[in-house]
Amino acid sequence: MNIVVIGHVDHGKSTVIGRLMADTHSLPEGKLEQVKARCARDARPFEYAFLLDALKDEQAQGITIDSARCFFRSAQREYIIIDAPGHIEFLRNMISGAARAEAALLIIDAKEGVQENSRRHGYLLSMLGIRQVAVCVNKMDLADYSQAVFESIRDEYRAFLQQIGVEALDFIPCSAREGDNIVANSDRMPWYRGPSTLDIVDSFAKEQDTIDKPFRFPVQDVYKFTESGDDRRIVAGRIETGSINVGDEVIFLPSGKRSKIASIEGFNVPVQTGACAGQSTGFTLTEQVYVNPGELMCKASDTPAQTGTHLAVNIFWMNRQPMIYNKKYKIKLAGARMPVWLREVVTVLDASELTTNSNRQQIERHDVAECILETLKPIAFDLTTEIAQTGRFVIIDNYEIAGGGVVLKAVESATNRVTERVQQREQRWQRSTITPQVRSTRYNQRSTLVLICGPANTGKEKLAKALEEDLFQSGRYVYYLGLSNSSLSMDVTESGERDEYIRRLGEVSHLFTDAGLILIATISDLDDYELETINTLNQPSDFRIINVGPNRFSRTQVDLQIDELNDIPAAVQEIKKLLTAQRYLIEYYL
Amino acid sequence: MDQLETLESQSIFILREAYRSFQNLVMLWSIGKDSTVLLWLARKAFFGHAPIPLLHIDTSYKIPEMIEYRDRFAREWKLNLIVGQNVEALKAKQTFPDSNATRLQCCGRLKSEALKHTLSGEWPRRVLNHETGEYDIVEGGEPFTGVIVGARADEEGSRSKERYFSPRDQHNEWDVSEQPLELWNQFKTDFAPGTHVRIHPLLDWTELNIWEYIERENIPIIGLYFDRGGGKRYRSLGCFPCTFPVESTAKNVSEIVEELRSGKFSNIAERSGRAQDKEDFSGLETLRRDGYM
Ligand SMILES: Nc1nc2c(ncn2[C@@H]2O[C@H](COP(=O)(O)OP(=O)(O)OP(=O)(O)O)[C@@H](O)[C@H]2O)c(=O)[nH]1
Ligand SMILES: [Mg+2]
Repeated sequence: MNIVVIGHVDHGKSTVIGRLMADTHSLPEGKLEQVKARCARDARPFEYAFLLDALKDEQAQGITIDSARCFFRSAQREYIIIDAPGHIEFLRNMISGAARAEAALLIIDAKEGVQENSRRHGYLLSMLGIRQVAVCVNKMDLADYSQAVFESIRDEYRAFLQQIGVEALDFIPCSAREGDNIVANSDRMPWYRGPSTLDIVDSFAKEQDTIDKPFRFPVQDVYKFTESGDDRRIVAGRIETGSINVGDEVIFLPSGKRSKIASIEGFNVPVQTGACAGQSTGFTLTEQVYVNPGELMCKASDTPAQTGTHLAVNIFWMNRQPMIYNKKYKIKLAGARMPVWLREVVTVLDASELTTNSNRQQIERHDVAECILETLKPIAFDLTTEIAQTGRFVIIDNYEIAGGGVVLKAVESATNRVTERVQQREQRWQRSTITPQVRSTRYNQRSTLVLICGPANTGKEKLAKALEEDLFQSGRYVYYLGLSNSSLSMDVTESGERDEYIRRLGEVSHLFTDAGLILIATISDLDDYELETINTLNQPSDFRIINVGPNRFSRTQVDLQIDELNDIPAAVQEIKKLLTAQRYLIEYYL
Repeated sequence: MDQLETLESQSIFILREAYRSFQNLVMLWSIGKDSTVLLWLARKAFFGHAPIPLLHIDTSYKIPEMIEYRDRFAREWKLNLIVGQNVEALKAKQTFPDSNATRLQCCGRLKSEALKHTLSGEWPRRVLNHETGEYDIVEGGEPFTGVIVGARADEEGSRSKERYFSPRDQHNEWDVSEQPLELWNQFKTDFAPGTHVRIHPLLDWTELNIWEYIERENIPIIGLYFDRGGGKRYRSLGCFPCTFPVESTAKNVSEIVEELRSGKFSNIAERSGRAQDKEDFSGLETLRRDGYM
């Protein structure tokens, strides 16, 4: 069980843990003596915190800089206790530590009382999804072990927690330095006979409800180790919530593809017929649907996850550079990774004062903000209140995880970044007197975009060139856009350069079709959403889809499917037939 | 799920995340128990396969049995094995056993330097050829940008502060106070050109967890860990001039588990048998900042 210890700087977090370890004899033999001897050698007072603050800089400054893991075993069970730093400068490190925990111990200094980060840490716990909290009022020795001091801090902090909808399991008066109420009750506080810090730690409950929730399996990867003589196609990942059995029908979101579980795979394990939350596992499917890493596999009989491009979220921002409008970030939500933009800041909250501000245009470091995000393509998610594991995300800014957040709700939006762009374009565009109809009559053709799609390396470019040549030779106004994307691989999709390519293709195609031409372009691994973007940008003209190789669209109807490109001239003739039948190529009437 | 199942699942998740995110990925294999468990977890993650190449840094002072073990399982499990070495330093005898370096300097040369230049591809790599059964020398290999390491947080203070995905700059340096945000199993998988990432799937495991897992999974482990008659065994493996066996009569995995759980080692740190840690108490943090594992 993982437990994080948090609170304001210097309130005694590391000392509490050090003391807990020492008094339960959990330290390696000689460790305490070694640290004491080193302190004596350097002529400085011994600190229990030195047992944890292992970095040179930490010991020199007497401060925790980065979260540490300490391994601890009580009579009941094994723990990883995470010692978080309290200084605001290291809030990021506190979050990294706390996010791994299932429960938290919050430390408040009896002499200093509730401070800024006592509150901020408390607030962040609720965002991090940690519901079990207990509070230690520490350094009671500095407050004469006064019951009144303890109770006043308890009441003040309890009221704060109430405001953010959190209830502490218990409040414990203690002194880490003197060892009071750490592993046992102390005579110095006869007025307190409640649980000790150790009792509280042992009383935190393991989260149990994940198995009863709907099944959620973020697809981490799809493996096929053919070169090692293994033909299984395995959809791999970790089950976040719920359970599944062989034979269950599944649906992948956002693509909507469906299949059934054929087998549950593993290495050095007996044959399995079911799997449940927490397991890193893999499945083979009865029907080979094409899925990308990042999709969310749900059970068809469960409530499915939601999908959409506009999300109302709560974000905490940790970067020195603020989060701003019109800058492309990357979101990572469960297995999905995708470009994302900040569209609207609703309110910004000061997490330590709980004051809000609704006039802010950007999100500064350490802010907590309610805002609207727009993703490049639909993304699958749950609301944080329903399934925490698939209702939270991080934002990447310039290679760094810059913040995290939780999904509050899906937002319906009539417009998006692409339609807004088209609107702006149309407003500015000065149309000439030569209408599309006039051009069409002159050129004896209707303009269109012929998109040749399919997986990489299927000969799409050759086909495109042959088609251009044939059409040109027969007197058509045609252009092949030789700006292929085949060099752009999958991970370029993630880093977001591909969406720029798609946008350009849409804009360029709009120019050519507006000029009355037939534009031919090739693109690998086009998906339904990208096609939609191209189509929106290319309006009012339309497009025709020629697919070479396996068809990986889930909603789009392709106009011509070519399984294998063996005979290019024949394929060219087929495309021409299609274009003629649909009256793009207008025949002369005698 | 019990503790071991939870640890296993998390490590597999991390390995798959690394495999998904990095093109040039390598896993360090020291032949010791931790990195052998790591290798086993990789075979779990990839359903019996080992698609990530393994790198062994051979200081030439490894106990010979370690090399035999390495080659045997590399062949049996069809591992893509790469071996790196600081040939120059060995030729020039710039080592501790040759009395030309302190223990720490020797580690720096034979391990850190060798690792750094083998990872970058500047130094030749020896690559096991499964057809001939021999090692081919490969020059000018591509740099590895993701390096999977079997470090555990319980080993030593500075390791307790590591991230699962921990960036290193051009000089292999670890900036301890500026570590990336890591939350909800979202790791640092994006990085600027010229930097690379160390990946630590075993961070949450203790030494006891490692042995419990070896026992549960029945992982073949090198015999040096067991008492084979003399009342001594190795608790951690390294170079023979600097690693010493401990007094113990544990003859098999379950006896080791017992010894760690409630026996004589239940309260004694693993690295107490390593001489180089003692020269300077913060020596390991310094070494690690420079890329030592
Ligand atoms: N008198 C008294 N001093 C204490 C007690 N607990 C901790 N201290 C002292 O308070 C100082 C700070 O303690 P730490 O444990 O380092 O505090 P921390 O909360 O871990 O600080 P950061 O991690 O830097 O935020 C040290 O000098 C401790 O000796 C206590 O119960 N009584
Ligand atoms: Mg501290």
